[in-house]
Amino acid sequence: MSKGPISSRITGNAGGAEPPAVVMKDACVRFGDQLALEDISLTVDEGAFITILGPSGCGKSTLLRLVSDLVPTDDGEITIFGNEVETARLKREFSFVFQDATLLPWRSAIDNVRLPLEIGVKHAHKRPKAVSNLSPEDLLELVGLKGRENALPHELSGGMRQRVAIARALICKPRLLLMDEPFGALDEITRDHLNEQILRIWKETGITIMFVTHSIPEAIFLGQKVLMLESDPGRVRELVDVGLPYPRELSMRETPEFNKISRYLRNLLETC
Amino acid sequence: MNIDKNDTSSKVAKNNSVIAIIFANSWLPILAVIMIFVIWELVILIFGVPEYIAPTPSAVLETLIEERTLLFHNFLPTFFESVAGFFVGNLFAVVLAIAFVHNKMFEKAFFPIAVFVNTIPILAIAPILVLMFGNGISAKVIIAALICFFPTLVNMVRGLESVSPEMIELGRILSATKSEFFWKIRIQSSLPFLFSALKIASTTCVVGAIVGEWIGADVGLGSLIIEATYNFRSPLLYATVIVSSGLAVILFVSVTIAERLIVRWKPEHIS
Ligand SMILES: Nc1ncnc2c1ncn2[C@@H]1O[C@H](COP(=O)(O)OP(=O)(O)O)[C@@H](O)[C@H]1O
Ligand SMILES: [Mg+2]
Repeated sequence: MSKGPISSRITGNAGGAEPPAVVMKDACVRFGDQLALEDISLTVDEGAFITILGPSGCGKSTLLRLVSDLVPTDDGEITIFGNEVETARLKREFSFVFQDATLLPWRSAIDNVRLPLEIGVKHAHKRPKAVSNLSPEDLLELVGLKGRENALPHELSGGMRQRVAIARALICKPRLLLMDEPFGALDEITRDHLNEQILRIWKETGITIMFVTHSIPEAIFLGQKVLMLESDPGRVRELVDVGLPYPRELSMRETPEFNKISRYLRNLLETC
Repeated sequence: MNIDKNDTSSKVAKNNSVIAIIFANSWLPILAVIMIFVIWELVILIFGVPEYIAPTPSAVLETLIEERTLLFHNFLPTFFESVAGFFVGNLFAVVLAIAFVHNKMFEKAFFPIAVFVNTIPILAIAPILVLMFGNGISAKVIIAALICFFPTLVNMVRGLESVSPEMIELGRILSATKSEFFWKIRIQSSLPFLFSALKIASTTCVVGAIVGEWIGADVGLGSLIIEATYNFRSPLLYATVIVSSGLAVILFVSVTIAERLIVRWKPEHIS
């Protein structure tokens, strides 16, 4: 269980010449006189999968919104792949998946996936040339929705809608995927299934993922590291190394190693 | 084969039962209406109520057929005024709602005025408009427009603001400009709200046109109502009322059909 910034590089970057996906230095966020996040320092390397746990209201969403340029820093610095957050946003370096699928109900699944190609076009020249080597059709296939391209959101189940949202998040080939309790509203079986899918997508695309959850098993199953936040004010409590090998299978949740880390996190969470 | 046969026969039975259900659901109200007409007819015949006080349903039906040319000639101007008022009033409301949503200062300045205009009873403002715009068609169009205006304004503002906070954040993450967000997301989100206002407007605009005609007009269902009343021609009065409500029904059904064609989706949270 190591403390401090993530140092493991997952993808084989030559000698670390590329800047890390996210670097935060003493970042603070205030809402009025409430200190929501205090002195967050964190490095997430490209290709990493980090899950974020913490008591409710501790600032997990605020942390992701800070990274995605939705909330400004009041102090400290953040860079995304070496750029300011605004530049990173304009370059579509990251994308976001919310707890609610946030689909446009009048658009079919495939047209929802295309939405990012149709808006923000003024800044399109800042983005890498080949927007994506995967077409919207390919992406729907990637998330297991082949054949449902023309379905409207209300014709899809909650899990399917969330998969459309994931496909939409991947359309501009972002290098960083921010997910805020994306499966929090789904039933357990759907959630397990989507957890496996997200690991597969992570492996196939080499994307960096920051994933907020309130489920300890989910955090362990997915992440290489679990970032535990404490509340009032929101601070980094500990960065816990999961240390379980990939590929991971659902049956892994029954192993003693898994239970050990699960117990550790539960105890830690109680003191946050 | 045997099974097949069974299948088809059960399907037929099912179809029949659907018809039976529809019939079962509608024969009661139909019967009720027929009974009301019969009782009405009988009461008038038995008690010898004079026709100018209340006509028999059969006399009204007779007038509807006999006076169909007169009724149609008066239907047309009212139809035109209602539809024109509907378009003018709703167009203004939608444009103003868009301006309100884009500019809070503008909303703060003008919304109280819109509320004030809405509080003036239409019956009180109608004579003023007829004085200003004369006996012609324009006063009626304006009255019909005025009566549509406010509900649509309020609904449209609500509709344009019905976009979820997450959707707004998604727009920001995608670096959407204000106009992209407006055309791709806000407008469509407002449509269910707009149509519920348009359904209200489709019947109130007829009220507006008729009220306008009461105050001053030579033609139209409103002036025919006044004329029939003063001449004690009750069957004609009743026939005109029926035609007026028929007009409202036509407009309401048209808006409903338009809604079915345009809004084929359900808001995400309902399903
Ligand atoms: N836009 C905002 N304005 C004011 N306070 C906020 C805002 N967003 C979040 N907060 C506050 O910041 C704290 C952290 O919120 P959040 O990041 O949503 O927590 P979490 O996602 O961990 O449950 C909470 O106390 C919340 O009330
Ligand atoms: Mg949250």
